[in-house]
Amino acid sequence: MYNEDAVMTPSDSKNSSGTSADNVKAGVFSSNEDLKAVARRLRRHIVTMIARAGSGHPGGSLSAVEIAAALYWKIMRHKPSDPQWKDRDRFILSKGHAAPLLYSVLAECGYFPVSELATLRKLDSRLQGHADRTATPGVEMSSGSLGQGLSFAVGVALAGRLNSQDYRVYALLGDGECNEGQIWEAAMAAPHFKIDNLTAIVDNNGLQICGLNCDVMNLEPLNEKWAAFGWHVTDVDGHDLDQLLNALKKAKEVKGQPAVIIAHTVKGKGVSFMENNVDFHGKAPSAEQLEIALKELA
Amino acid sequence: MAEEVSLRDTYGKTLVELGKENRDIVVLDADLFPSTMTKYFAAEFPDRFFEVGIAEQDMIGIAAGLAASGKIPFASTFAVFAPGRCFDQIRVSVAQARLNVKIVSTHAGVTVGEDGASHQALEDLALTCSLPGFTVIVPADAIETAQVIKAVVDHKGPCYVRLPRAKLPDVSSPDYRFKIGKAVTIREGKDATIIAIGVMVAPALEAAGKLSGEGIDCRVLNMSTLKPIDEDAIVKAAAETGAIVTAEEHQIHGGLGSVVARIVAERRPVPVEFVAVKDVFGTSGKPGELLERYGLTAKDIIKAVRKVLKRKR
Repeated sequence: MYNEDAVMTPSDSKNSSGTSADNVKAGVFSSNEDLKAVARRLRRHIVTMIARAGSGHPGGSLSAVEIAAALYWKIMRHKPSDPQWKDRDRFILSKGHAAPLLYSVLAECGYFPVSELATLRKLDSRLQGHADRTATPGVEMSSGSLGQGLSFAVGVALAGRLNSQDYRVYALLGDGECNEGQIWEAAMAAPHFKIDNLTAIVDNNGLQICGLNCDVMNLEPLNEKWAAFGWHVTDVDGHDLDQLLNALKKAKEVKGQPAVIIAHTVKGKGVSFMENNVDFHGKAPSAEQLEIALKELA
Repeated sequence: MAEEVSLRDTYGKTLVELGKENRDIVVLDADLFPSTMTKYFAAEFPDRFFEVGIAEQDMIGIAAGLAASGKIPFASTFAVFAPGRCFDQIRVSVAQARLNVKIVSTHAGVTVGEDGASHQALEDLALTCSLPGFTVIVPADAIETAQVIKAVVDHKGPCYVRLPRAKLPDVSSPDYRFKIGKAVTIREGKDATIIAIGVMVAPALEAAGKLSGEGIDCRVLNMSTLKPIDEDAIVKAAAETGAIVTAEEHQIHGGLGSVVARIVAERRPVPVEFVAVKDVFGTSGKPGELLERYGLTAKDIIKAVRKVLKRKR
């Protein structure tokens, strides 16, 4: 069907690339790699693994690639060799259908072999169709039913405060996911509890299964909604790594309230025929389409 | 008549006792702490008590996050709201995720009384028993409630504990030791077995007492753990008494009766009769009136025993 080696060459794997500092500071992940190269690799993994599985959600995985790359490569404190390390920063994937993105990230960081990405959605695979904390090393929460991750993140943040631990919690939400009432229950609770060890990121790619967000169920003004609930809000171009890194660093400095970053993104980003194309919300590329996609992501 | 004691009051006070020894215990409530009796814990340990407002889905999600971080969260509201209103959150964030969340809900069943059908949870046991890995417990009195709350703290995994609004008489002996998954024989007998839970255990005993006056000797089992259920006690009852009546303040679909019938059918077929709510919603009224209306009294259990004895070979 396609040449898997074309995507998962040794030079692509983290063992031989810029993440050699894995052993520095007792296994805390660190890398000097160019994030653009990381993002390109993640995108190649995403389209390849979904094509191989024959199903999955490329659109909302591709739109959040820079967000995840910035977090896992530059912002978060984490140890691939010890996924349960108690002082790790926590990444909560609320939009559980973006599991291919999370799996690509975890594999590239070394939580499990990159070759395992080929097992996505297969019987007995650790890489379930939607993120499952009981199956995959490094996955913090079981998600897939939308709207549940922000509440979970609030619980993890409260536990950090109770335990006097200084970890930070990151929750990645979809924009369509913000249709769910539970998101706004949690949006009310986090400022109420004065949680300031939590950053939520909304992957605002503007599309959901049945069309444009504004046609399906209008979210706007999204920025003002979060602000009205008591959040520190920043808008960024979700594919601009400098803007993302800057906003993620600034969010850490916010005291007495949680921070949310509205990341304006393009669904299907990086693959011309998937960009802004709602058909690729939950559809795998064909073999021919994969070939084109990988050329574009070379 | 024995003195009646509030199970939810016992729950609230037991939480405080356990909270003193175990700093990992945290409690969440959705604007009902005066009723769920988590108010005692809130007063004693304000730092470990989280009032989430009228937001049960959020409550379960926050509890899951706390459990994933090593805490032992107790989430309390009315049984119609958890598992009722937030079933999907319980299913995905708690059960599928195998997290150590304790859901203790009060005001289950028609004995809620005047608040009527919307507030009378009659489906909660079916919902929770359907979730893989969930432990489901229905204490029958205050003595057992205190023991159950201790036991669920020690048990690692998601639990649902169902409590009524009404006060109930003690049916357990003071030296009783509850064990998850173990039925208690509270009366021996050889002619038939009444398997009861929660509010229905006291009427089951009353029924057995009256029947013994007529020479009918009933065993009474308190099946306080509905899941994992004590299969051996059921099979033994079927083998030794040859007839079973189940009694529960729950819909006839998916509760104690369904579970017992399955086990009896699989392992030791004998006639079974069911005392339960027969596929209707509740209504407003006094608890006693409602128990009569829906056929949940000692009289109804006696009727069911007579019926099952006729079917017994």
